[in-house]
Amino acid sequence: MKNKENVLSQHYEINGGDFSNAGNISTQIKETLKELGIRSSLIRRAAIAAYEAEMNVVMYAHQGQFQFSLTPSTIHFTVKDLGIGIEDIELAMQEGYSTATEELREMGFGAGMGLPNIKRNSDQFQISSTPGKGTFLDIFFYLNQREK
Amino acid sequence: MTLKKVKELLQAEVVCGESQLDEEVTFAGGSDLMSDVLAFGKPGILLLTGLTNRQSVRTAEIIEAKALVYVRGKKPDKEGIELAKKIGIPVLSTHYMMYTSCGFLFKNGLPGVSLLREKEDEK
Ligand SMILES: Nc1ncnc2c1ncn2[C@@H]1O[C@H](COP(=O)(O)OP(=O)(O)OP(=O)(O)O)[C@@H](O)[C@H]1O
Ligand SMILES: [Mg+2]
Repeated sequence: MKNKENVLSQHYEINGGDFSNAGNISTQIKETLKELGIRSSLIRRAAIAAYEAEMNVVMYAHQGQFQFSLTPSTIHFTVKDLGIGIEDIELAMQEGYSTATEELREMGFGAGMGLPNIKRNSDQFQISSTPGKGTFLDIFFYLNQREK
Repeated sequence: MTLKKVKELLQAEVVCGESQLDEEVTFAGGSDLMSDVLAFGKPGILLLTGLTNRQSVRTAEIIEAKALVYVRGKKPDKEGIELAKKIGIPVLSTHYMMYTSCGFLFKNGLPGVSLLREKEDEK
C-alpha cells in the first residue's frame, strides 16, 4: 500500500494467545526494512520493539491491531489492543515488573523487560491504557537521527 | 572460537546447521528469559538457552544470533527446528546444564556479551 505521505503502510491483526504466529509481524517488518535499505542497527531496534509489543498483545490481550508505516523520516508503529489493560503504567514500565503467569514464564516470558525494551530501543514512545478495555502504544524511530 | 570447537567443548549434538560449523563466534550469553536476551543480545552472539519453544528461535533471529545452544539436553520443538533451518541459524544441543556450559566456553576463551550498550552503527 502506498500513498502520498507514507512511503509504505502495513496493517496487521494479532490474536491474543496465538503464540505460534507471534513474532511474524516483526519478522515481516524486518524483511521490509531490509529490502528498503534501512541501516541494520535501526532495523534491529525496530524489530525488537515490534516483537515486544506484539508479544504483549499475544500475552495480555484478546485482539490487537498493529499498524506499521514508513515515511521518509520515520518508522512508526501503533499497537492497539482489546484486553485487560494496565492499571499502573508507571509500574508496568519498570524493569522487572511483570504479571506474567507461571505458564507464560515457562515459555520464557515475564522478565518484565518488554516495555522497557520498547522504550530503550525507540526514539519516541507513548503508552496509554484503560483497565478492562485495552492498551495503546505509539512508537517512533527517526531515520535521519544519529544512533542513541 | 569456531562452532566446531563449541560443539567439542560441550560434547554437543548438532540439531541443524552442520555445514556452518566452521563459522566463528566471539562472545556468548545465556538466559531463559526472552526479553532479557532482547535486552542484552547483540548481533553475532552465541546464545545459550534452556527454552525449547519456537520463541527461543524467533528471539535469536531478532537479535541476529550466530548460533543457538540448548542446554540440559534440550532441543527446540519441531516448529523451532523448522524455523531455525529456514533462517539458517545453526543449533546445538548439549546435556550440560547452563552454568557448566557457560563455564566450559568461558574457560576456553569465549567471553560473555559486554554489558556496555552497543557502540553506534555496527552497520
Ligand atoms: N498490552 C498489554 N495489555 C495488558 N497488560 C500489559 C500489556 N503490556 C504490558 N502489560 C502489563 O505490563 C507488565 C510489564 O510488561 P513488560 O512487557 O514490560 O513485561 P512482561 O510482558 O511481563 O515480561 P517480558 O516482556 O519481559 O517477557 C506486564 O506483566 C503486564 O502486566
Ligand atoms: Mg512483555
